Amino acid sequence: MKTLVWVEHEGGAVKDATLAAVTAASQLGEVHLLVAGEGVGGVAEAAAKIAGVGKVHVADDASLAHALPENVAPLVVDLMANHDAFVAPATTTGKNIAPRVAALLDVMQISDILSVESEDSFTRPIYAGNAIATVQSSDAKKVITVRGTAFDRAAREGGSGTVEAVSAKGDSGLSGFVSAEIAQSERPELTSAKIIVSGGRAFGSNEQFHALLDPLADKLKAGVGASRAAVDAGYAPNDYQVGQTGKIVAPEVYVAIGISGAIQHLAGMKDSKVIVAINKDEDAPIFQVADIGLVGDLFKIVPELTQKL
Amino acid sequence: MKVLVPVKRVLDYNVKPRVKADGSGVDLANVKMSINPFDEIAVEEAIRLKEKGAASEIVAVSIGEAKAQETLRTALAMGADRAILIVAEGEVEPLGVAKLLAKVVEEELPGLVILGKQAIDDDSNQTGQMLAALLNWGQGTFASKVEIDGDVAKVTREVDGGLETVSLKLPAIVTTDLRLNEPRYASLPNIMKAKSKPLAQKTPADYGVDVTPRLKTLKVVEPAKRQAGVKVADVDELIGKLKTLGVVA
Ligand SMILES: Cc1cc2nc3c(=O)[nH]c(=O)nc-3n(C[C@H](O)[C@H](O)[C@H](O)COP(=O)(O)OP(=O)(O)OC[C@H]3O[C@@H](n4cnc5c(N)ncnc54)[C@H](O)[C@@H]3O)c2cc1C
Ligand SMILES: Nc1ncnc2c1ncn2[C@@H]1O[C@H](COP(=O)(O)O)[C@@H](O)[C@H]1O
Repeated sequence: MKTLVWVEHEGGAVKDATLAAVTAASQLGEVHLLVAGEGVGGVAEAAAKIAGVGKVHVADDASLAHALPENVAPLVVDLMANHDAFVAPATTTGKNIAPRVAALLDVMQISDILSVESEDSFTRPIYAGNAIATVQSSDAKKVITVRGTAFDRAAREGGSGTVEAVSAKGDSGLSGFVSAEIAQSERPELTSAKIIVSGGRAFGSNEQFHALLDPLADKLKAGVGASRAAVDAGYAPNDYQVGQTGKIVAPEVYVAIGISGAIQHLAGMKDSKVIVAINKDEDAPIFQVADIGLVGDLFKIVPELTQKL
Repeated sequence: MKVLVPVKRVLDYNVKPRVKADGSGVDLANVKMSINPFDEIAVEEAIRLKEKGAASEIVAVSIGEAKAQETLRTALAMGADRAILIVAEGEVEPLGVAKLLAKVVEEELPGLVILGKQAIDDDSNQTGQMLAALLNWGQGTFASKVEIDGDVAKVTREVDGGLETVSLKLPAIVTTDLRLNEPRYASLPNIMKAKSKPLAQKTPADYGVDVTPRLKTLKVVEPAKRQAGVKVADVDELIGKLKTLGVVA
């Protein structure tokens, strides 16, 4: 089987989520990549070095600068004439593009796979990860998104792919990029962080959220996450949200502070290696999944923890 | 401008899903079913557009078993004007749903279709994008803000790195994220009024759409359970444990 993997990149670098998608694709067969964007020659060269990669198709065009699905999908559909599967990381970009490709190919997408069971069978979470379904696709071509935490990352070095230019399809005229507010942070990105400290509604305000969590995160060199309630209340920006409908993370250590542990939150973090919970309610559901639990008031515990670390 | 809002009947988000012993799926017998939370946000957004004068009529559509009528009545009670139920036995996949919705769009000619970003049962996150593809329309997915200005929709999207704003030529597709709005509760008088609002019943055959599934579910199992761990008494003990695990030096 010949697969085409969507390369997610930012600031000229291939993102980690892509590497997990490459691993998933390699379990299906030959791995080709698609690098799309504007001024992405460097990205294509970096992508060609990823272990196990064959051809790298690079489409360099202004119409692809912001990965608008209206412009990207027709390009992918063209390339799919010579590929059997389109594989994208289950990032917001992957989720935006892949279903558009699938519909154009008249294929039912398999979302957020956890494993490749065979050429046509995959496991995927449903009901916020409270059930794992094994599904078999009868479509001739497959369109798949990959859960980044479920696959090891392919090595960034060791490959010797060949780069081949393909032409973009131009601007669809259906949509345009207006602006982006992308948070710049020195902290590790949530989906790649080794340690995450995450805060919930209990913090009470944006000021307290940051005054308490930021120093702790600095000490642990951790990424900072949040529950939906904390994001809704404006304590943290949307890209901090961990959960069924936010980011899926699986760090070495996840520290949930003042988070009750609703199933929608657990869906995003319960595959973390070690879970630490700090909550004043000893019956909070978060303790059912926590390896280490500490019952008490976060306003007392967090400063003490930060100071003693 | 007419706005179409597809709504799905799903297991209520407060109910803990139970996997059936025979591994065939999740048990939906005698459990509370509700409108998909993201679709409730979609209905609310449509109503707000109507209140602002940007939308003229709101049509709610659901595909599913006959009981999906209740879900449509919820949308009508919130403020949708009329509803279409496409009755289908068994599960209709996002691709089939998108094909049916494309046919409804051909008939109804809405200026905007607002869907949820994801149904919380199948967690597919596909239907809106697929519908946009089938119609060759622009798509503004995971929306946290929608502004209509003449024949353009400006949509702010929740993306992994933060927020992104795109402009879409109307007609277009929008899918909702959690922070787009806070849905209203239907008042009792509006619930009563909803009972007499028009609700048309159709079948996939009426639209000539084949909804045979492409994916076969071979089995459904529970995820591996995590063992509850230990409770520590204080911060010092917590740090001790973290040290044992090699997390902190
Ligand atoms: C469609 C849908 C999608 C959703 N998606 C997500 C998602 O992706 N991610 C997500 O997180 N949620 C999601 N939710 C929301 C989820 O259901 C919960 O409402 C949310 O996770 C609760 O956040 P919380 O734990 O911060 O708040 P709460 O449930 O209010 O919990 C606060 C906790 O803090 C504790 N506490 C209070 N004061 C203190 C103190 N001083 N010290 C220590 N502990 C204290 C309390 O005991 C309590 O356990 C979703 C919901 C829906 C309907
Ligand atoms: N059976 C259905 N009936 C009506 N709308 C649906 C149906 N299935 C999906 N949708 C719409 O598509 C959105 C995304 O669903 P999904 O792609 O299944 O995650 C939902 O939030 C609904 O707006």
